Amino acid sequence: MRVVNKGQIDRSRPIGFSFDGRNHVGFAGDTLASALLANGQRLVGRSFKYHRPRGLWSAGSEEPNALVTARQIPNQRATMLELYDGLAAESQNRWPSLRWDVLSINDAFAPFLGAGFYYKTFMWPRAFWEGLYEPLIRRAAGLGKLPRSHDTGRYEKAYAFCDLLVVGAGPAGLMAALVAGRAGANVIVADEDARMGGRLNAETIQIDGQPGDQWAAGILAELASLPNVRLMPRTTVTGAYDGGTYGALERVGHHVAAPGADLPLECFWRIVARRCILAAGAIERGIAFANNDRPGIMAASAVRAYLNRWGVAAGRSVAVWGNNDDAWRTAQDLAAAGVRVAAMLDSRADPARAKGPHDFPVFTGTQVVGSRGRHGLEGLQIRDPKGTRMLACDCLAVSGGWNPTLHLSCHMNDRPVWREDIAGFVPKPGAVPGMSVVGAANGTMDTTACLAEGARAAQDCLKDLGMAGVDVDLPQADDGRFDISPLWVVAGQGRAWLDFQNDVTVKDVQQAARENFASVEHMKRYTTQGMAPDQGKNSNMAALAVLADATGRGIPETGTTTYRPPFVPVAIAAMGAGGRGKGFAPERFMTSHLPTVERGAPMIEAGLWYRPSYFPRPGETTWQQSCDREVRAVRTAVGVADVSTLGKIDIQGPDAAAFLDFVYINRFSTLKPGRVRYGLMLREDGHVLDDGTTARLAPDHFVMTTTTAAAGLVMRHLEFVHQALCPQFDVRFISVTEQWAQFAIAGPKSRDLLNSLLETPLSESAFGFMHCGEVRLPGLTARLFRISFSGEHAYELAVPARYGEALFRDLCARAETMGGCAYGMEALNVLRIEKGFITHAEIHGRVTAFDIGLQGLMAQKDCIGRAAAQRPGLLGAEREQMVGLMPVDPLQAISAGAFVFAQGASAQRDNAQGYVTSVCWSVTLSSHLGLGFLRDGRARYGQELRLVDHLCGVDTVVRVVDPVFFDKEGTRARG
Amino acid sequence: MRLSCPLCGPRDRREFYYYGSDDYLNRPHSDPQADASSGGWSDAWEDYLHLRDNPAGRLRDLWYHEGGCGAWLAVTRDTSTHQVFDVALVVDLKGKAGS
Repeated sequence: MRVVNKGQIDRSRPIGFSFDGRNHVGFAGDTLASALLANGQRLVGRSFKYHRPRGLWSAGSEEPNALVTARQIPNQRATMLELYDGLAAESQNRWPSLRWDVLSINDAFAPFLGAGFYYKTFMWPRAFWEGLYEPLIRRAAGLGKLPRSHDTGRYEKAYAFCDLLVVGAGPAGLMAALVAGRAGANVIVADEDARMGGRLNAETIQIDGQPGDQWAAGILAELASLPNVRLMPRTTVTGAYDGGTYGALERVGHHVAAPGADLPLECFWRIVARRCILAAGAIERGIAFANNDRPGIMAASAVRAYLNRWGVAAGRSVAVWGNNDDAWRTAQDLAAAGVRVAAMLDSRADPARAKGPHDFPVFTGTQVVGSRGRHGLEGLQIRDPKGTRMLACDCLAVSGGWNPTLHLSCHMNDRPVWREDIAGFVPKPGAVPGMSVVGAANGTMDTTACLAEGARAAQDCLKDLGMAGVDVDLPQADDGRFDISPLWVVAGQGRAWLDFQNDVTVKDVQQAARENFASVEHMKRYTTQGMAPDQGKNSNMAALAVLADATGRGIPETGTTTYRPPFVPVAIAAMGAGGRGKGFAPERFMTSHLPTVERGAPMIEAGLWYRPSYFPRPGETTWQQSCDREVRAVRTAVGVADVSTLGKIDIQGPDAAAFLDFVYINRFSTLKPGRVRYGLMLREDGHVLDDGTTARLAPDHFVMTTTTAAAGLVMRHLEFVHQALCPQFDVRFISVTEQWAQFAIAGPKSRDLLNSLLETPLSESAFGFMHCGEVRLPGLTARLFRISFSGEHAYELAVPARYGEALFRDLCARAETMGGCAYGMEALNVLRIEKGFITHAEIHGRVTAFDIGLQGLMAQKDCIGRAAAQRPGLLGAEREQMVGLMPVDPLQAISAGAFVFAQGASAQRDNAQGYVTSVCWSVTLSSHLGLGFLRDGRARYGQELRLVDHLCGVDTVVRVVDPVFFDKEGTRARG
Repeated sequence: MRLSCPLCGPRDRREFYYYGSDDYLNRPHSDPQADASSGGWSDAWEDYLHLRDNPAGRLRDLWYHEGGCGAWLAVTRDTSTHQVFDVALVVDLKGKAGS
């Protein structure tokens, strides 16, 4: 219920929301958690395994119990969900309702379901696993339920850079940001809360005579006014990575009642910071005792936070119990606000803090040994030196001390170090390069010291960054010293819970130790302690302490498990923002893209490029009909195809020819200017890297073409060869793929088409096969190459890219008047298979020049791959060599990926003699054709073999032939 | 992870292509007269292509600033701490070795 005159909520702005269908009202500034508590909703969830009723434990991102589904997103912590109008939250892991949950029957079977139950039970019979156990477990397991549809929420990712990243905007973080901000450093302050200030918003501490939250508001106002400081509330830094890189999740739209279409729900940041100050504070831990998980039993700091920040009393009669001085603040704040304090219990025999008059009953040397109440706390069983008795209360605020929030400091492999005086682990100095840890995260428990530490760390960072420091007056806070006497577990009957989320008890951990899962990493996996969404933030330390006790080791010797990112759960959708569908993947369009799409061509992806599959005409109902027509047009008239996607590399310099001689297995230094040559390049390991034609435009100027797929690869390779292996060569090269639009004009009528366009028509003899040079089109100079990938008399015409679209339209129109047409990738593929020309289907990375029958190109000179190509095993009859394959029945389709076997041999892998790489229906030859590789293939022309593809259901007989199916002499291209 | 390109400054790891050990800089002598049957293959080539140290600690490997200036880089770093000690242009290293 609300407490008058407390909290930072805006009582003039009520907000309606619902929980499990029931309507409630909260106020602006509330979280779902504080509003539920104010409305008396103590039962907020069911536990994972035993479905035990659970209530709020904390007020922060570590909340283990209050997980809800809102906007179809499961497992949202009610403590992090800001209230907005119409928020409809549903509790999870219960059926039919939160109060009456059928699976709470599991709790009765708890004696059988202890640690290792799954490992021991579902081992046998083996066959039961897939059919019975797994479906059963899957149905019962899981916290929230994912929606069946795609997450339609918008997620983004972003990058930021700064001199100093301050993680956490409590007293230490604010001082650090203030010092660095005033000094002019570029500062990012990230805090996971919507309201910055950290514990100052939740405590009644005074700083320099001012309430802590007001002091924080003043500092924040100054920081907000500095142009070099960026405040990022609602932003959790989730991980620390190499080179000062940090991941952070910003909750951008969750708190907005009606987010616009452009507002993302979340944004995942990568922040690169030259220095980082971790001021993430600390997380309070509980003390395990029998039935310590009833709704109403909460962290003392959370009880104070609900009271001081949200004006909510967590109970009508609150008992406070702790082993440290901090717990006393809870009783004081409650009493001062007029909330009944049933008792202040301190486990220490004679704490200094107990002296003096108090407004509430005080019991020292007292432990809580049990609790009662079905759906909420009704009373405690307490034990002091005089005996055991009951204490009536409906809320217990418990404090077992504080665990520094040091997670980020451990993300780069270092383990934290134990500090006896605070009974907690603190970061190892220098664990993350460039990061310093201050305040409670560093184990500093009083506010004045935190403020000083934050300021000092910032001054040190400024010095590291070569920036002048600034003088800042150090503020004084009025909180006293922190004294603690560790208490982890109260011995007694009944289950004492450690991990609320995964239902792990003290006994489970002890059992793990007994069964020799004594290493902390083994215990974790055996009991599942620390493996729930809170990743053990609420339970790791106590579990460690129990394990240390059970194994007779100390806590520091037992050590911690590994801290890994992310610090809080991060939706895959946020990390993968921009990755759904096409996302941010670049699309490369040819200059002819628009006219191509206008002609109705279906586009297929080739790397990042989009190329036409075929150009359908009215009356054609299948792609095969279009493809056949296009092939016939090229073989009988003329076809036009955009080949601009092939890589084009401009190579210039006095040593250009020598460089190419080193890169290709064949010679280019002997190539005359005005001529083109086919070239084959190898990797240094002797296998084929890529092929293509290279034209010599001038003695010191070449243009190399690469395959579409390998353009980037070849560029990288050329750079490596030049920079690493022959930097003495005076040669430069650059990709000009996008600067030139290039079109193949192929077919018996290609010269006629070209001549209709050129200012000076080509004569019969002027431009022979493999010639190149400049030609004049009306108004511009173009490059012409007499090369052919179809086997026909063909040219490739290249113009600056800005003319590409117009030229393509013109070429298509001219071709159509001559009985020709534009052709797409399907026809291009048929044409090249008929001619036995290779693509990366054949040069797939495991073939040599010998395998594809081009060993003869290897010139007597050094080149990349020459030595390795001559290794034993890469030459000779044992190699699979490229061959043509024709089905004995020409109408029988064969498939790429099929394997070939001797006839009569069974179709299994160890009998395979080769495989098929490319297939097509050849309209020219009225037969299906295939290219493939066959052991000793070139010596086996004429043999008949069995071709089997289990996947496509093909089993037929093929004849081995020369891979050049059509026009073996090449007269059509040369003529 | 970030690398400091000598030409472009500190950049995100995603701009770089990783190649492998700096052994690739020391290409063995290749005899252009060696014919296909006798081969130019040797133990030195075997080492060059296939044999690599795999130290837990300091090592130098080659990276390519593909999303940047196109420079090949020799990066000296520690495989266990991920600390980067030095980033040098391959061209500079080879120039020195050759001179």
